[in-house]
Amino acid sequence: MGATLFDKIWHQHIVEQVTDGPSVLYIDKHLIHEVTSPQAFQGIEKRGLSIFRPKQIVATADHNVPTLNQHLPIRDELSRLQVQQLIENCTRHGIELYGLGHPNQGIVHVIGPELGITQPGMTIVCGDSHTSTHGAFGTIAFGIGTSEVEMVFASQCLLQTKPRQMRINIDGELGAGVVAKDIILYIIAKISAGGATGYFVEYAGSAIRKLSMEARMTICNMSIEMGARGGLIAPDEITYTYMKGRPYAPAGTAWDNAVISWKELYTDNDAVFDLELNIDAANIQPMITYGTNPGMGMAVTDAIPSYESLDEEAEKQNLKKSLAYMGLTPGQSLLNMPVQHVFIGSCTNSRIEDLRLVAELVKNKQKHPDVQVLIVPGSQEVARQAKREGLDVIFAAAGFELRQAGCSACLGMNEDKVPAGEYCISTSNRNFEGRQGAGARTLLASPLTAAAAAITGKITDVRTLL
Amino acid sequence: MKPLKEIESRFVPLPIENIDTDQIIPARFLKATTREGFGKNLFRDWRYVQDDEKQPVKTFVLNQPEYAGEILVAGKNFGCGSSREHAAWALQDYGFRAVVSSFFADIFKNNALNNGVLPVKVSDEFLSRIFSLPSNSIIKINVEKQTITLLSTGEEAHFEINPYKKTCLLNGYDDIDYLINRKESIEKYEAARN
Repeated sequence: MGATLFDKIWHQHIVEQVTDGPSVLYIDKHLIHEVTSPQAFQGIEKRGLSIFRPKQIVATADHNVPTLNQHLPIRDELSRLQVQQLIENCTRHGIELYGLGHPNQGIVHVIGPELGITQPGMTIVCGDSHTSTHGAFGTIAFGIGTSEVEMVFASQCLLQTKPRQMRINIDGELGAGVVAKDIILYIIAKISAGGATGYFVEYAGSAIRKLSMEARMTICNMSIEMGARGGLIAPDEITYTYMKGRPYAPAGTAWDNAVISWKELYTDNDAVFDLELNIDAANIQPMITYGTNPGMGMAVTDAIPSYESLDEEAEKQNLKKSLAYMGLTPGQSLLNMPVQHVFIGSCTNSRIEDLRLVAELVKNKQKHPDVQVLIVPGSQEVARQAKREGLDVIFAAAGFELRQAGCSACLGMNEDKVPAGEYCISTSNRNFEGRQGAGARTLLASPLTAAAAAITGKITDVRTLL
Repeated sequence: MKPLKEIESRFVPLPIENIDTDQIIPARFLKATTREGFGKNLFRDWRYVQDDEKQPVKTFVLNQPEYAGEILVAGKNFGCGSSREHAAWALQDYGFRAVVSSFFADIFKNNALNNGVLPVKVSDEFLSRIFSLPSNSIIKINVEKQTITLLSTGEEAHFEINPYKKTCLLNGYDDIDYLINRKESIEKYEAARN
């Protein structure tokens, strides 16, 4: 029986097997940020240990940073202290830090690929569940807790049990107005917020092969939202073209050799998955979520399910609780419902291609006067690139507020929050209760669908604007 | 880590599915740089009206004096979403030593085990049985035997735990203790790859 892409990378990284237990898995790259690392630094220092491989760690500040006036001290004292602690920890332990104000700073899952740190065949971890993003390059990348951050600090390894494997094949042509975010929201709606728990997911098929790296990252990013440990896509020419010449990418003959080894990273024809799912790309419509987990999604033209359409009592209770929080009713269509906020950003959709998509739609248009629109680039480099292309001018003319790089309104931690009771159509990854601020109501959608709502002030089928 | 062998306690029922770690501990409390003190913010936005400790939500189980104990019993897919270990710290700091559910999210499960909080996975049927018990019922969890027993009815279920993790829990070992003792093998692996 052949090996899967996941098997190949996994086996290359096994140091040894614990008797009756997990494997010792070697980690090539460890990304850290200010929120989930301080307790891990304390942990190793308390044990009197040093960091085993500091050169394999890259740090940035993203979750807890403001997106305005980043040259000034952070106003919130606790946030400022946390960011300061990261600086001190990285200095003390000799870790490369792309902190606030550094030209390489940005959301950890945006800068890793952008700098060429993320490379096919690697194992990558970070104390953040959206580490699955890096799987777009054919890596085993997954989120870990702070105790595990401490383990990687101490040994550059983790004790891991091999997960089950699932392949999702998406074949055929995507319709107009349908983008990567719609693909992943469609998949999660189909298999539920817990449907891939215990699995690592490979995305394959002709529709995936045509996607850009940015689009592949959007898909892998949300693997965790269906419970998967991670998601990955086999590298190909699109991957190599994206990577070539990036600061951390190999160069010269090292590049040629790397590409030769990367070409071995694919799933063998006779490999067998624990579960396989086939999706026809033509069935995917622009998507939106209506509930309080990312599995509660539908085509933007559909209606919210009625209680009668659900079989299980527990499902009815879940829907009832979610809709009460969201202020929505069963059977309701969301089309033409007014929104107060539009958030375009987060590790899911803050890359240059996302900004280009939005700019193309809003060029020579104005946002609706009743909507506040925040557009937050994923990194300083994305912000610079947007300027080089003149996208900042388009956003300013449309009345969009273009901010500085960071996680921003994705997680209700920094200054960017959505007020209680108000609706925000968001390109981020989670619509949990309170995710964008206590009482905030989040509707997840693609950058195109979010931009359409910015223009019309209400939930809109973006295809009517194309 | 403290060893965990047996828990015998009343329980706190939370029959809600897909409880994500943002509910367990909202992001605004993640600015702390130590592991202590998260218990007071456990389920913060379900526990208080508008974040006001003087206005407890009376219908929320942590505010109902008839429910108490070291065992939290929750609906399926507990701990989904963010990888924040603060969720496990908050549960532990509040006084929970075990969480019983019919399904756990992966990262939460690891985080809990790494902090000596035991995730006990039972069937949907057994979970419903627990939810139907009176509030003063006692549940006994034995790590060595891998059993969960409802003392009032005598019903018992077996739960799975990785043998390595079981040894860790029973003895209070953690993965770092193990890994730093494997440095020689790790260095050998690195040398072979380069």
